[in-house]
Amino acid sequence: MDLLYDTLFNGLAIGSVLVLAALGLAVVFGLMGVINMAHGELMMLGAYTTFVVQNLFKDGPLEALFPVYILIAIPVAFLVSGLAGLLLEKTVIRRLYGRPLETLLATWGVSLILQQFVRSVSSAFAIGLIVAVALGLLFPRFTPPSLWRQRWSPVLGVGSWVAAGLIGVVLASVLGGVRVLDQPWFSARNIDVTAPQWLRGSIDLGALNMPTARLFIIALTAIALGAVTWFLQKSVWGMRIRAVTQNRSMSDCLGIPTETVDALTFLVGSGLAGVAGVAVTLLGSVGPNLGGNYIVDCFMVVVLGGVGKLAGTVVAALGIGVLSYIVGSGSLLLVWPAMPPALNELVTFFATTSMAKVLVFALIVVFLQFRPAGLFPQKGRLVEA
Amino acid sequence: MADLLSARNLRRAIPWLLIVIAALVLPVVLPPFRLNLLGRFLSLGIVALGIDLIWGFTGLLSLGQGIFFALGGYALGMHLQLGSLAPGELPEFFGLYGVKALPAFWQPFTSPLFTLLCIWVLPALVAGVLGYLVFRNRIKGVYFSILTQAALLVFFNFFNGQQKLINGTNGLKTDTAQLLGQLVGSDAMQRNLFWLTVVLAVGAYLLCRWLTRGRFGDALIAIRDDEPRLRFTGYNTTVYKTLVFAVAGAMAGVSGALYTVQSGIVSPQFMAVPFSIEMVIWVAVGGRGTLIGAVLGAVLINYAKSLVSEALPETWLFIQGGLFLLVVTALPDGLVGWWRSGGPGRIRAMFSSPPAVATYPDLELDPAVQAEKAKLEGGAQ
Repeated sequence: MDLLYDTLFNGLAIGSVLVLAALGLAVVFGLMGVINMAHGELMMLGAYTTFVVQNLFKDGPLEALFPVYILIAIPVAFLVSGLAGLLLEKTVIRRLYGRPLETLLATWGVSLILQQFVRSVSSAFAIGLIVAVALGLLFPRFTPPSLWRQRWSPVLGVGSWVAAGLIGVVLASVLGGVRVLDQPWFSARNIDVTAPQWLRGSIDLGALNMPTARLFIIALTAIALGAVTWFLQKSVWGMRIRAVTQNRSMSDCLGIPTETVDALTFLVGSGLAGVAGVAVTLLGSVGPNLGGNYIVDCFMVVVLGGVGKLAGTVVAALGIGVLSYIVGSGSLLLVWPAMPPALNELVTFFATTSMAKVLVFALIVVFLQFRPAGLFPQKGRLVEA
Repeated sequence: MADLLSARNLRRAIPWLLIVIAALVLPVVLPPFRLNLLGRFLSLGIVALGIDLIWGFTGLLSLGQGIFFALGGYALGMHLQLGSLAPGELPEFFGLYGVKALPAFWQPFTSPLFTLLCIWVLPALVAGVLGYLVFRNRIKGVYFSILTQAALLVFFNFFNGQQKLINGTNGLKTDTAQLLGQLVGSDAMQRNLFWLTVVLAVGAYLLCRWLTRGRFGDALIAIRDDEPRLRFTGYNTTVYKTLVFAVAGAMAGVSGALYTVQSGIVSPQFMAVPFSIEMVIWVAVGGRGTLIGAVLGAVLINYAKSLVSEALPETWLFIQGGLFLLVVTALPDGLVGWWRSGGPGRIRAMFSSPPAVATYPDLELDPAVQAEKAKLEGGAQ
């Protein structure tokens, strides 16, 4: 019995991180049909935001508030990742609606840039970047408008951005010579976030030992899930989002600002990635490669759950979590110690975290043979459905 | 005879002549290290051709070509590990993990013939089975991409975790192995391998060209552009898709084997998620739907990567990420596609004077019209 509770709790703990990570992806992918490969990197941004917030509260005037910094980090991370996502939507993704494979490649490019950005950002780098962007944006303002009516103005536009970029690079490398500005903010090393005291202990319930951090993540997941459900089902903008999802052109005709809806959806989805990033910092040290560890799992959750259904996402994530834990910990051997040697060998073979993933993913592929549209398919009569 | 030497035939022969000349001259001109790099990148061109076949022509974006690439590499790597051993001996790394007997699936790889077959048949079979399972259910588009990526992760975890079977994360070294009585890592052997790569790359190109022309090619393009319509016309699209996915898998296997012997190691990193996505971007930059673009993209990007990584390793990811964004937003048909659709002409047209507008010459000559025009202009003044 204890084993059952233990398995359930640990599976729930693994699964709730997956729910949190996949929730934003389910919103963006399910509602907009956009494959956001940079979702993992938005999580990473959330994790690094937590790190920054923690450092702010570690010493100095705010030290008294250190025990609750994690609660402050959550909305901040939501904002940082959400705004990064909004920028991504406004600059890249809005050009690519209706071309999901292209968004996949473009957002992968963004994810590479974000990873390297976190590794190499320093004050010099940041100044160079800001100057380059400012120059590129301001150049058209300070040149005669007649220039921009010429037939070669596209070349001028590209050229001005290239020039601005070069100036930024030169500036950054010159400033990089100054010792103080040269220091990378995070570097390529992993960072550790110290959880406040109240998240470090554990609660014992009979034989079951529940780490508080895990409980906190489960609670956070439940709250986030409730908030998203409320937002989509009850709020005005949630209704608009659902309307655009069902029929974009009809919603447009009825006066719903579809572009604002797209931007908002992307902001919410990206912000949820940031919240997931906060949760991940409680599980161990995090690094620039954080996103890569989660992105494929998240997509499997969304595919397994069925696109466009939050319930599917939750069930799929918890199912994957529990199954991974059962297989990975080899707890079947404890339940049934007298199993035949061949089966025993098989169970031991898969009893590591990475081999459990092999088995679980293989099972998902098999499952999709019977239910190609996932656990909770959307019903429709379209030939493309 | 005169027919054979017509201008058209000569023009067609020029690229082939250039390839032959390059293949003969480059090994003499380039230092062994650069030649080896070129050979490697050319072998990557073969996997890119396969991706072009399934993505550029059939519209299936596979993010899991690394599976087949690495399978081909591992097949050859295992053979080379076994080939340089005395009878009864085991590859060295098995000793580290206390393995006493050769695992059963290693046995057939002692045979060179089996290995040669395995390099392309095994990936083709895996691709065929995987493809059939997915296509049968009409899973397509991004779902296909995500599933191939998940499959890639499955294979990666498996190969990465199994030290006792295939040396896990360390991979199999081929540099010090013997092939046909010569050291694989030696300069002479590497030169032969370069020639082999050139021949096989040309062969792969011709195979793709043959496949993409004619009815089969038309069916592939129809699948890309409107699959339900083709299905309703009475074609079984699953067969076509499975077949072409298997062919791409086989090409990836050959490519992986060539890449392995030229880089001296095969490791689970060949199945890393980013590497398989990189393969797609080679095709995208070169120009999807254009076969030569795939090869060019693979060679150019990898050369750029090795140059940038030698000089400024930190900037490569920025450049690569920028390339992804640039290609998707500004150059959807890639460099070759842009060239073929008259891109350079458009740039030139931006700087020349605007083209003359076509007019009706008889109007200019008609006295009545001229009189009217003069009157109007006079009135305006």
